[in-house]
Amino acid sequence: MSNLLFDGPEWTFELLGKAHDAIEEIAIEELGLDVYPNQIEIISSEQMLDAYSAVGMPLMYQHWSYGKRFARDEALYRTGRQGLAYEIVINSNPCISYNMEENTMAMQTLVMAHAAFGHNHFFKNNYLFQQWTDAAGIHDYLAFAKNFVANCEERYGIDAVEEILDAAHALQSQGVFRYGRPPRPSKEELQAMQRQRDGYESQQSVLELWADNTLGKDRLEGSEEDGALSERRGKMNLPQENLLYFLEKHSPVLTSWQRELLRIVRYIAQYMYPQKQTKVMNEGCATFTHYYIINRLLEKDLISEGAYMEMMHSHTNVVLQPEYDDPRYGGLNPYALGFAMMQDIRRICEEPTDEDREWFPDIAGNPDWKGVMKDAWANYRDESFILQFLSPNLIRKFKLFMLSDDAKQANLVVSNIHNRQGYRNIRSALARSYDLAYLEPDIQVDDADLSGDRELKLTHAVRDGITLDPANRDEVLKHLRRLWGYDVSLTARNTETGARISHVSTAA
Amino acid sequence: MVDKSVRDKSVTGADQGSEEKVTIPAKGIKEPFFANSPKGGFRQHVLPGNKDFVVGDTIPRPKGGAGEGGKKGAEDGEGEDGFSFTLTKDEYLEILFEGLELPDLVKKNTVETETVGTRRAGLTTAGTPNNLNLVRTMRNSLGRRIALQRPSTAAFKALEEELKNLESIEDESEDHSARIVELREKLAILDRRRKLVGYIDPIDLRYDTTVPEKIRNSRAVVFCLMDVSGSMQEREKDLAKRFFMLLHLFLERAYEHTEIVFIRHTHQAQEVDEETFFYAKETGGTIVSTALTEMQKIIEDRYPTDEWNIYGAQASDGENFGNDSVKCKDLLFDALMPVCQYYAYVEIVGEGDDKLLNNSEEGADLWQNLREVDHAFPQFQMRRVAEPGHIYPIFRDLFAANKENAA
Repeated sequence: MSNLLFDGPEWTFELLGKAHDAIEEIAIEELGLDVYPNQIEIISSEQMLDAYSAVGMPLMYQHWSYGKRFARDEALYRTGRQGLAYEIVINSNPCISYNMEENTMAMQTLVMAHAAFGHNHFFKNNYLFQQWTDAAGIHDYLAFAKNFVANCEERYGIDAVEEILDAAHALQSQGVFRYGRPPRPSKEELQAMQRQRDGYESQQSVLELWADNTLGKDRLEGSEEDGALSERRGKMNLPQENLLYFLEKHSPVLTSWQRELLRIVRYIAQYMYPQKQTKVMNEGCATFTHYYIINRLLEKDLISEGAYMEMMHSHTNVVLQPEYDDPRYGGLNPYALGFAMMQDIRRICEEPTDEDREWFPDIAGNPDWKGVMKDAWANYRDESFILQFLSPNLIRKFKLFMLSDDAKQANLVVSNIHNRQGYRNIRSALARSYDLAYLEPDIQVDDADLSGDRELKLTHAVRDGITLDPANRDEVLKHLRRLWGYDVSLTARNTETGARISHVSTAA
Repeated sequence: MVDKSVRDKSVTGADQGSEEKVTIPAKGIKEPFFANSPKGGFRQHVLPGNKDFVVGDTIPRPKGGAGEGGKKGAEDGEGEDGFSFTLTKDEYLEILFEGLELPDLVKKNTVETETVGTRRAGLTTAGTPNNLNLVRTMRNSLGRRIALQRPSTAAFKALEEELKNLESIEDESEDHSARIVELREKLAILDRRRKLVGYIDPIDLRYDTTVPEKIRNSRAVVFCLMDVSGSMQEREKDLAKRFFMLLHLFLERAYEHTEIVFIRHTHQAQEVDEETFFYAKETGGTIVSTALTEMQKIIEDRYPTDEWNIYGAQASDGENFGNDSVKCKDLLFDALMPVCQYYAYVEIVGEGDDKLLNNSEEGADLWQNLREVDHAFPQFQMRRVAEPGHIYPIFRDLFAANKENAA
């Protein structure tokens, strides 16, 4: 009698349960994964589109941009130009994954191994997620956000709420702390915040303005200009990279509910920030996990070869990496890169070559490849992971080469290829291309004189001569002005020389 | 957007496209963010799949940014987000004419005429053969044959064949003849059964049926009158075309049947087709009354006023010969206005001719005379336009649901 978990394409909830238990046994006992409890839900394509538009979250406050996304995805899906994902998984405790109802039983098994164990383990163990996200509280927070926005709409009007949210969304990427957590509010502060939210207490900013105007004048009079500046900067914690945080704390015009809206957008942006930094690792981890699990399932005779072939078919589609001159090429595929790197780490542990021993003395030949892998999953993000683990072997396999594009030159130059001279350069350039701090423009609040002209002064540190897209920049500045209430200026400076490149202001 | 689709369509064909694509300008739904410019500066890209590059090779810079493919410009040159959706014709017109209604100033008794038509009314078991509904009949027949187990022709034929084969073999054995007898009997039973359960039985028959119905018929005819003398250039004609088209679309929605008559005139008038109306070149003087006379004649000939709702729309640059304007006024007073549901006169003035645009007191001879008509008949309206943007607002103005604002 065969001990197959399932036979045939149709899935039922009993079969899903059986498959889940079998996968869990392999994942926990053999691979030693550490996961949140799983909550697996089966959803229709319509619900999947809904989830898409709400940036993959089960709950989201209302905003027209989500409807816009829905309209686009729906049209693409309906006209057959874009398929839907097999699953969506949410970094929460319990870990919720949404599987599409139209998947076959084999696909459901694959998807469970991928999301409910691969992604789940990564969410629970990676340091970025551990430090920056609160998996247990996210649902409650989203529910609060949704209600809060809905209540604001009711009280202050849809247009008023939309105005703030539009502006806050424009600053989403500037709404995260990149290098350190903000100081945790004390218990008293939390209570004070609560009172503010309820609208019982007068606004903090009014108090500040009043203090600046009455008390501050005398104090400033005797001191030098520089002294006033440094005092101001000290008080407002400047320079500040988190524009939303700064506006929430110091904008002279916002009322308490508007500040709360900024905080909501900022929290959600911060919650998403680790995911943006770990695309390769997250997908790599999940793909590696499902690959290991389905092979073990086959070895244990738990799935038929037909089901295995179906899973492998979809697996190979996922890890396909078209070459640069292929019409399908759209950048490096995070699934392909992540999966290949993790398979490579296992290879280095199990069958190291002399080259590997030279490049990876710490892990080459390490008998505990599972331990090495779990350490990598826990303690790296894309940038550092690539910098640490991309091997010459893999660079050759992907035939990576580097193009340098200097606007001053007429042509692009092939600056490195997959040879001994190029390995390190390619590795560090590739790693840097996954560094969000490098990819996203570095914009900080420099100064704002509340007792003076109240102009909000921003600085854009221009690296490698890459400036901001002017049309977008000017639109965002308009939004910023709305939140700040007074004029906003943005100065672009060359990071190396400090030379001023451009200066724009909302003041006419 | 609406304006643009008006620009591209013909008057009578305006409502023929079944779907109208509307693109929302990007401004409304833009989600800006601080983004790096795709051009300039120093960048390094790591790409997979090197074939034969060696260090130092140079590649010409791909057009449109350093391989990062910037946004493509929208067709109108203005940056667009490409967010578009498709409206059906009805939705489109619904939006276009939202809040407009027909001028119901002079409700004639004869706005709607009644004729007798027929309407489908399901199926009956009796009827004439020409109304036989084959699909339903055959479906009943098939169902009955299956239910009563009528032997199929194929089974009957097969048996016959077998019998024939047996008979052709010369075999004197008992088995053989017994078999033949058996088959004959079987065949006889089948045959009887087939006769008993007919292929088509009278109870299978179904007929389409129609019931007579009174149909309230409403018809309208739109007269488009245009001055095509030398002073009417491409711009003026384009403006006029837009106005006529909107009117036609609007009436098309209100009436079951709408006809459109094009009358162009110089110093003489003639009825022409649409193509000639808008595009043919013509020179000559300008006598507006000829067109009105022509219109009057056509109404008398073809459109009895007790069956047709008559709409007039006239476009002109305001020039007229000598004291012909008085004649126009008289024609309108005596002959046309009493039979017209509505008459709109649109004068096309030079771009930036603000003095005329904003002051309805001033104007040439024709304008002054028509003003008298305007005062006497509520269903007469006159407006001035100078640029495409004016057409739609004026049209809305003319047909605004609340007449008080428009007057």
